[in-house]
Amino acid sequence: MKKLLAFVFVIVLGALIVNHLNENSLFTGFGDAVLADRVSDSYINRDVQGGQGEVIFGESQDLESGAANTVTAIVADYRSFDTLGEITVLFISSLGVALLLGQSKKRIGLEFRPNFMLKIGSRALFAIILMTGVFISIHGHLTPGGGFPGGAMIASSVLLLYLADDEFRAKMRGFKVLESTMGVLYILLGVVGLFITGIFLENFIDNGTLGSLFSAGMIPIIYVIIGLKVGSEISSVIDHFLSEEGA
Amino acid sequence: MLINILEIVVSFLLLLMAFLALTSKSLIKSVMFLSSLSMISVIAFVLMKAPDVALTEAVIGSGLVTSLFVFTLLATRKVGQKQ
Repeated sequence: MKKLLAFVFVIVLGALIVNHLNENSLFTGFGDAVLADRVSDSYINRDVQGGQGEVIFGESQDLESGAANTVTAIVADYRSFDTLGEITVLFISSLGVALLLGQSKKRIGLEFRPNFMLKIGSRALFAIILMTGVFISIHGHLTPGGGFPGGAMIASSVLLLYLADDEFRAKMRGFKVLESTMGVLYILLGVVGLFITGIFLENFIDNGTLGSLFSAGMIPIIYVIIGLKVGSEISSVIDHFLSEEGA
Repeated sequence: MLINILEIVVSFLLLLMAFLALTSKSLIKSVMFLSSLSMISVIAFVLMKAPDVALTEAVIGSGLVTSLFVFTLLATRKVGQKQ
C-alpha cells in the first residue's frame, strides 16, 4: 500500500516534469526563439552608448557588460551584490560546520585499504579535475559555468585525494588563509569601484573585445576570486565531515 | 522529432530512477540510483537549454554528494561489529 502510494505520488510529480519538458512554447527549438519578447535580448544588445545596435562575437568592442555568457554578465556584473550575499551564506554554513565539528583531529577510519593503482590513478585524475575547475572559473565569462561549479570541482579533486590516500590530511591552514584573503579581495574590489565610479562593485576596467579572454572588465577577476573561495570553503567542510574525534 | 523522443525517454528514466532510489533495500544501491538520477537530470537541463545549471548539477549532484554518501556508508558499521 505504502509503495503504491509512493508510486502514484512519483507519477503525479513526474507528469509535471514530462509535461514541461515537452512544452514547446516554453523551450523553442534552436533558432526558433523570438528574441524580441525576451528580457535577455535587451541585456545582449545594450552597449555603452545605450543604442540597440547589432552585437557581433569577436568584433564588438566596449559593450556595457562585455561578457559572451549573458548569465555570467547578470550574476557577476549587474547583480554582483547578490553574489556577495551568496558567498556570505556559504561562508556562514562553512563557519557553522567548523564550530560544530572543529575539535576533530583524526581522519575517519574506513573499511578498505587503497591499493597502488587507486593511489596513482587518483593522483593523475586529481590534476585533471583541478585544471578543469580552474579553467571553468577563468572562462566563466565565455563558456557556461563560472566560479561556483569551478570551485566545487576544485573541492571534489581534494575529496578524491581523501579517498585514495590513507595518510592524507589537506593543508587546512592554507585553505583558511586563502578563503579569508579571497573574501577580503572581493570587498576591496567593490570599494575600489565605489571610489572610482561612485557605485559599490561597479565595473571600472576596460571591457575589451567581446569573446576574448581578457574582456568583460572585472568579471574574470571576480570569478577567479569566487572559484578559489568556494573551493577552499567546500574543501574545509569536507575535511570537517571526514575527520573524527580521537588521538 | 528525435529530440521529442529523447525528451520523453529522459523524463521516464528520471521517474524510474527516483522510484528505484526511494524503494531499493540496499543503501549503497539507493545512493547509486540517486547518482544516476542527477546524471539524467543533467541531460534534462541541457535539453531545457540551461547549460550553467547542468554543469553545477553534474559537479554537485553526481560528484560531491554521491562521494560524501559513499564515504559515510563506508565509515558506518553494524551494531556489535568490532572497530
